[in-house]
Amino acid sequence: MSTTSDAPAGVAAGSGGTGGSRLRARLARVPRAAWLGWAGVALGIIAFYVTLPPLLLRTIVPSLVLAAAGVALAVVALRAGERRVGWGAIVACVAGIAGAYGAVNSGETNLERVVVWSALLAAALRYATPLTFAALGGVTSERAGVVNIGLEGMLLTGAFFGAWGADITSSWIGGIVIGLLAGGVMGLLHAVFSVSLRADQIVSGTAINFLALGITGFLFVKAYGTEGTPDDLPEIPDVHLPIGWIPFLGEGLEQLNLMIWIGLIAVAALSIYLFRTPTGLRHRSVGENPLAADTAGISPIRVRYYAVVASGALAALGGVFLSIGFVHSFSQNMTIGKGFIGLAAVIFGKWKPGGALAAALLFGFSSALAQRLPVFSPSTAVLFQALPYVLTLIAVAGLVGRSRPPAADGIPYERH
Amino acid sequence: MSDEGGPGTITVASRLSGYLRGGGVLIPLITAFIAFLIGGLVVAAAGANPIDTYRAIFEGSGLNWLFPWVSGDDRTLAALNLQQTLILTTPLILTGLAVAFAFRAGLFNIGGQGQYLVGTFAAVYIGSSLDGTPALLHVVLAMVAGCVAGGLWAGIAGLLKATAGVNEVISTIMLNWTAVFLGSYLFTLGGPLHSDDPAAQSIPVSNDVLESARLPVFWGDPELQGLHIGIFIALAVTALFWVLLNRSVTGYEVRAVGFNPDAAEYAGISAGRNYVKVMAICGVLAGLAGALDVLGWQFRIATNDIAVSQVGYYGIAVALLGRNTAFGTVAAAVLFGALLNGTSVRNLDPTIFEPQLASNLTFIIQGLIVLFVSAPVLVTMLTRGRLLRRRRPTPKPEVRTGAGA
Repeated sequence: MSTTSDAPAGVAAGSGGTGGSRLRARLARVPRAAWLGWAGVALGIIAFYVTLPPLLLRTIVPSLVLAAAGVALAVVALRAGERRVGWGAIVACVAGIAGAYGAVNSGETNLERVVVWSALLAAALRYATPLTFAALGGVTSERAGVVNIGLEGMLLTGAFFGAWGADITSSWIGGIVIGLLAGGVMGLLHAVFSVSLRADQIVSGTAINFLALGITGFLFVKAYGTEGTPDDLPEIPDVHLPIGWIPFLGEGLEQLNLMIWIGLIAVAALSIYLFRTPTGLRHRSVGENPLAADTAGISPIRVRYYAVVASGALAALGGVFLSIGFVHSFSQNMTIGKGFIGLAAVIFGKWKPGGALAAALLFGFSSALAQRLPVFSPSTAVLFQALPYVLTLIAVAGLVGRSRPPAADGIPYERH
Repeated sequence: MSDEGGPGTITVASRLSGYLRGGGVLIPLITAFIAFLIGGLVVAAAGANPIDTYRAIFEGSGLNWLFPWVSGDDRTLAALNLQQTLILTTPLILTGLAVAFAFRAGLFNIGGQGQYLVGTFAAVYIGSSLDGTPALLHVVLAMVAGCVAGGLWAGIAGLLKATAGVNEVISTIMLNWTAVFLGSYLFTLGGPLHSDDPAAQSIPVSNDVLESARLPVFWGDPELQGLHIGIFIALAVTALFWVLLNRSVTGYEVRAVGFNPDAAEYAGISAGRNYVKVMAICGVLAGLAGALDVLGWQFRIATNDIAVSQVGYYGIAVALLGRNTAFGTVAAAVLFGALLNGTSVRNLDPTIFEPQLASNLTFIIQGLIVLFVSAPVLVTMLTRGRLLRRRRPTPKPEVRTGAGA
């Protein structure tokens, strides 16, 4: 385990290190050459940024200069042995030039229609929220050592029961509660099989996906037939914040759905729980070494049950948002792979809530962009939707830093 | 060459070994029976008669053609239905084998769907171009294209596992969805392979497969979508699968790595090279399934169908229920083909049971089967009557906790 970078640091924090000093200590360990590499990455991004609204330079020369500087920094970093960030900077600079070239050669009005930062930010958050909830579910369960391929099915369960619950109780709160409970039941099913019956977690997770598809489809047809969910389905309200005056962020964050904020709060809460509380430490210990945890008096079985049930409930919240916070209806198999992007976000975010959020935002941003790209080319916009999956493949292949699961992830625990 | 930081030698296959290697047909039959029993309860809960429903599904599948006492119009109808069932069975056999072969090597190939899809893309591309190629050559070329595409697609997952230790479950899931959007891109309006037909300029479809690349129909009317010869190709491949797995050096190595990659490595079998080989073969099987579908009866790809298609995912249930054996996979594929066809809108009488409900019932039954198979303990307990009898003290099982701990 000594090679896992986050485990020892996390454990130290759990036993009472303060956040600030830990961050500073960690930053101090980053070598200077790596900083130069990161600066190169930033220059590559800026090279692209200057050609987009609001700056909207119509010549590629400044971008070339910026990217050249970035490559120079990258070379310095490479010579100092910082291979990963060095090559990353070179890739960023080349991509920045390519982007800038594309932007300079496309129409100004098109650019201004596509690149509206505040709208993009709001849309990215909206697309990211179902993924965030699913990913939080994934982190919760996998940190306790149970692989959850069933996130997709749990998301779908939440989406249906959220809509149905809102319909029968005529209240969006009812929708959230019923969706949450239904997701918990799905989690419980996964827990019974993967923890108590020591099933193969991947196979039982796959089964959860099929079951959720069948159950939600069955109940949907039974309850609503060919009509679909009613138009007057209660909706989760938006939250208005008086922050429109803040440049850049204000306009985007001014009016967002309540669930988006709950999702962001849940990320922080889960992060604090896992890495700053004794219970969280126990939770993670079960995911790393259940035998040791058991020896120390922690029941791995109980922790795993709680974690998997919570995982189902969290993922279901993402589904609830999708059906009654975002699309305002339910249709069969409406999650079409969002749960799997959530799973991708878990891996991309290295099994941490904050990392998962960052990954979900990245994927959400690419969806938001794909939504607006048809202005340029409708077919390319479709291809853009494959981005999260391709990025995750690259990430797991170790090209963007190793992503390592908890040591006991996926292994059923048997008491002796 | 084990997963870094992962569970090491413990693979999905090794954990399911009790179920997968045990002989007999009893356990799969019991598993399927319990799943259908619960399915029947669901039907009853929905207010319909389960026995009538299952009988209607059975007759809709056309399997009653096998009964000699069915005659006259019933027999004609049964023949038509059975043709459709076998058309659906054909790709299920192959995607089932694609999952089964991986299981035998200790890999879990969830990527059958993606491999199937890229198989359809390549086959439809070759099948709709190369105008003027002699018929036999054209069909073969299109099938080979499907196989190669599927093999390469799955090979990515094998290569990632062999070189970077990437868990194949994750990589194949990602490749599935990449394939979905790749296909949506290729055949969407303005996409590179969108139809040239002026009449189809506002419909996101591919070009039609040319006559010369279509598989001949041998049973039934070609105009009424009779049964194409793909079923024989699938059965021949099944026989080949059996020979390859049980009577060849490759098969021996595959099984050795599946039993225990570390021991196989010690015996001089490169686990890494085997992963690539096995995944590529799985991809060839699933890609062939896609090729047979587009060359046999679909003849074109519509982007709307790409994300909805489930053939590759059904392959998981087919392989698990068929115990990863050649014969079992065929039997399970017929079962699922019959279930899919019997619950289709065309075949199920809505007065007995709503077809839209029934197709979701298929998903539920499939889910239950996979769920029961996932826990070998459960099935073993059931078959040995352990639920009823007192548990005898068993010898201590080996320690299975974390590899690096």
